[in-house]
This record gives sequence, C-alpha cells and structure tokens, in this order.
Amino acid sequence: MTTLAQAVGDGAVITKRNLLKIKRVPELLVFATLSPIMFVLLFAFIFGSAIPLPGVDYKEFLMAGIFTQTVVFGSTITGASLAEDLQKGLIDRFRSLPMARSAVLVGRTNADIGNNIVTMFVMAVTGLLVGWRIRTSVLDALAAFGLLLLFAYAISWLMALVGLSVNSPEVVQNASFIIIFPLTFIANTFVPTDNFPPALKAFADWNPVSSVTLAARELFGNTSPALPPPDVWPAQHPVVYSLIWIVGILVIFVPLSVRKYESVAGR
Amino acid sequence: MAAVEVEGLVKKFKATTALAGVDLAVPEGTVLGLLGPNGAGKTTVVRILSTLLRADSGTARIFGKDVIAHPNDVRSMIGLTGQYAAVDEYLTGQENLEMIGRLYHLTRSDARQRATTLLERFDLADAADRIAKTYSGGMRRRLDIAASLIARPRVLFLDEPTTGLDPRSRIGMWEFIGSLVAEGTTILLTTQYLEEADRLADGIVVIDHGKVIARGTSDQLKSQVGGHRLEFTVSDAADLPILRERVAPLAVDDPVVDEQARSLSVPVRGGAEVLRDALRRLDDSGVTLVDVGLRRPDLDDVFLILTGHASETSPGGASSGGASSGGASSDGASDGGAPVATGRHALKGADQ
Repeated sequence: MTTLAQAVGDGAVITKRNLLKIKRVPELLVFATLSPIMFVLLFAFIFGSAIPLPGVDYKEFLMAGIFTQTVVFGSTITGASLAEDLQKGLIDRFRSLPMARSAVLVGRTNADIGNNIVTMFVMAVTGLLVGWRIRTSVLDALAAFGLLLLFAYAISWLMALVGLSVNSPEVVQNASFIIIFPLTFIANTFVPTDNFPPALKAFADWNPVSSVTLAARELFGNTSPALPPPDVWPAQHPVVYSLIWIVGILVIFVPLSVRKYESVAGR
Repeated sequence: MAAVEVEGLVKKFKATTALAGVDLAVPEGTVLGLLGPNGAGKTTVVRILSTLLRADSGTARIFGKDVIAHPNDVRSMIGLTGQYAAVDEYLTGQENLEMIGRLYHLTRSDARQRATTLLERFDLADAADRIAKTYSGGMRRRLDIAASLIARPRVLFLDEPTTGLDPRSRIGMWEFIGSLVAEGTTILLTTQYLEEADRLADGIVVIDHGKVIARGTSDQLKSQVGGHRLEFTVSDAADLPILRERVAPLAVDDPVVDEQARSLSVPVRGGAEVLRDALRRLDDSGVTLVDVGLRRPDLDDVFLILTGHASETSPGGASSGGASSGGASSDGASDGGAPVATGRHALKGADQ
C-alpha cells in the first residue's frame, strides 16, 4: 500500500469512529441542531420585527448569516473532541500505532463536515418554514452550501491546533466562545454594516465571516438592489475573498496541527 | 540482538531531569520489570520506547530499529498499554478492537477475528456489543490491554498493568502475561508492586531519580541486599531471653527483639538447615513457639535498602513488625520464595 492510500484508509477509519459517536450519543446532534433552530426563530421574529431592510425580507437576509455562524461554531467540536481524546490517553494510543500522522486530524475534521451537513439541513428546513426562500437556482444554492462547508472545514483545522494545545475540552468551549462570538457578530451576519462605527466597519469589511456570509447571501438570491452597493474589495468579490481565506487557513493550519499532533503529549 | 536496547537515555523536562542516562536491554522472549517509586522515570522510558517522546540524548532500539530513525517500523512491532485505559467510550468493545486492528493495517476480516478472539480471552465476550462507557474500570483495563495485543506485537509495553485491578483480576492478568511470554512475546513491564515483578520478571531494573540503581534477577537483587533471617514468635514474651540465648550461636549479626510482637529476628547464613539446627537447640527449652520461619529478603527489602524509602504500595515494607499474629501455615503455598512462610508474609497476603 502506498503512503497516500494508507493515509486515506487510516483517515477513513477515524472518520468512521467519530461518526459512530454521533450515532451513539444522538443527544449531541439534537442539541447541536436545536440551537440553530432557536437562533433562526429568535432572530427572525425578534430582530426581524425591528430591522426593516429595503427590498428584502429580514428573514431572508438573516439566513446566510446564521448558516455561517452555526458552521463556524460547529467546527469547535474538532477542538473539544481532540482535547478530550488527549485527556483520555487516546491520542497516545493512536500515536503509538503505525498509522498515518495526519489520520486522527483528517478523520476528525471530516466528521465535522458530516455534522455540519446535518445541522445545515435542519436549519434550512426551519428557515423555509418561517419564510426563507432560495431565489436563484439549485446549483447556486449548492455552491453556497459548499462554500459554507469549506469555510467551516478550514476553521476545523484551526480548532484542531487549539484542541491539541489546551488541557481540557472545557477550555476549548470557553475560548472559542469568546473568539467566535465577536468574529461572527462584527460582520454582516445579522445586520448591514453601514451604520457600524468606523473601526468596527473596517473590521467587518475585511472579516472573512462577512465575505462568506455575503457570498452565500448572493448565491441564495437574498440580497436586494436597494441595499447600498459594496464599497470594499472583499464585498465586491466575496467568493474569491472567501476562497483566499479558506486556502490561507488550510495552508497554515494543516501543517501546524499535524506537527503539533506529532509531538503532543497526553496528560 | 536484544528485543529492546536502551543506551544512555537522557530526558529533561524544563528544570527537572526525568532520565539521567538509563541503559537497559530486554532479551527476546523475556520479561523485564522496571521498578521504581512514583516519578522515578519509568513511564518516561516507556514513552520514549513507544515513540511518543523524543529523548534528549541516547539511543533506543526495538529489534535493531531506532525509535527516532524508524518510528513506523517500531510502531508495527510494539503494543502499548499506558497507565490510563485508552479506549473510546462511545464505541463497543468489538468496535474499539477492530478500529485499532485496522490502524495496524490488518485486513477487515483479520481485525474482526482477532477482536472476537481477544474479547473471549479477556472475558469480555458478553460485553462485546456494549459501548465501553458502560464498562467497569477493570473491564476497560482489559479492553485496553486487548487493544495493545490486536496485531500480535513482538514487544509489549505494559505501564503498571495491574494498577486499579482487584486481586482476582490481578492474578488473571499475571497468568495472561505468563501465557504471552510462553508464546514468545517480549515484555517490558513497569510496576510498583514488588510482588508482581518478583513473580513475572526474568530481569529487574530498579530506577530512582532517572538513574538505574540496581539490576539483575530477583534472586540476585535479594542476595545483594542480604542473607536469610530466622524469625520466631513466641506465646509468652518472657521466653524471649531464653530463645535469644539458645539461637545466639547461629546469628551472624545482632538479633532484633520485639517484645510487643513477642518476636525475635536473627540474621543467619545458610538455608533450611539452619532452621532445623535452630529448632533442635530449642528442643528442651520450654519455649512455646507460635510461629517460626526462615525468611529470604523480598523485593520490599531490596527496594527499601536501595532507595532509602519503602515502596509506596507495600503494606509491610516499612512497618516495625508489630503484627506477626498470623499462623505459620496458611500461605506457604502461595509464596514461591521462602521455604517456610512467616507471619509477615501472612500479613501481606491478607492486605493485598
């Protein structure tokens, strides 16, 4: 067996292991999907009642933002699970096996994609029930979901490094909360950024969360010509700008995470 | 070529020196017991040998393969059971073993077959399809060891394999380790239980503060520490002076009297013949013996003398001998070392 084929095989074994956990502890998935449902409902009816947007229903505007926020949060599972595996000595066991060094991380981040697909499906159904509509083609919509998954996948690799660097799963949860919340709020996820204070607006303009959200929003056809036209490059080319970030994060964090895995010590 | 060869291993963690130049070798098909108190560096040696940790200097080879230059070759020859049961709680016993088997690159059917065989061998067949979260501590431990055996490793590292097991499981584990050795597996075992090393290990290496402080077979270590002692317990403490006087000619060093325990301990030279001689000398003395025995030093003594402190887990190691209340009879069979059991051994047996 070639090294690559072996790495793929090992990665598949670990992916299966992580997906089995979803089957064994269905509560995890239930809660992982309940919170986005709650978000959709709360934002759609609470904020939606107070935020008038020209030419587009707030529920439609909102969905791309909630999708982005949710898949980014979904990728923290990688960090927390790796921290847990480390704590329980499983990483030590894996590291003593003649398996590919990348497999544990590949298997874990792959499983996140599975998680995110399920979560996005539930959210999409909830959205459609409360009035969200895709106004473009199926292909455009699929491209939007694909971009969201890719972005989440890149963040998973970033979270892998975090998970391997801290002492306990709880730390990952708390640390990611204080990083991800500002990152997903100082953006165009829930409201247009035009009235942000200048510093926050500049941050939001260049925040990849904004560009992923905008790209998805445009691909779903949930924008309006009545909204002010984008005045910065990332907003004018949201797909390209998002892809640059995705590739950049992967190029940096895949090797960093694998290297960390090679030297990491269990408790 | 030895199965495991370690030379000049040094490892520092920031300010502390975990290993300060450790050498050891394990011949193929034998068991090496790595003994030492907590923090002596036992686990560090195991982690370096199982490719989890890089030494600062020195070399470690498994069947000639260097652990740093050829880590994957090493990994396919070894099995590791660490101090914590490293099993996936959300997988069943069967799934856990199959996963590890697949990661050793066994075929799917091989992995399944081996998993089934090992689950049976470790008395886990009934729990094979239950998730490991529902297992007791002992069951997890057994599953963990089964996982390390899935690919029939030539060298097995067992880091304190019986810690946390109940006495019955411990004996089961010993029998099992014995059967692995019979099949030709080389084992490096760390333990704090001297009894365990005494029973399982062909060779023993004692480390403390990252240095080897003694090595040899269990017998060699014991004789290094000293010869036999005759131990008497009498029914009436008033008999002790007579007893002492009668056996004085046999003593090679000062006898130790414990009035509280009504006991006398006499260092002697020679084996069972000395005991017969001693009893003959007491024939018409009128002394009533409750217990008498010829005791060889055990690894507790070795440990105490070499490291200056008792092994943490040994109940008898540092006690003043105040409890020789047991009979002379019962545990002679379980004690492979001394020809005649003594009260102290009986006490140990009861506590463990």
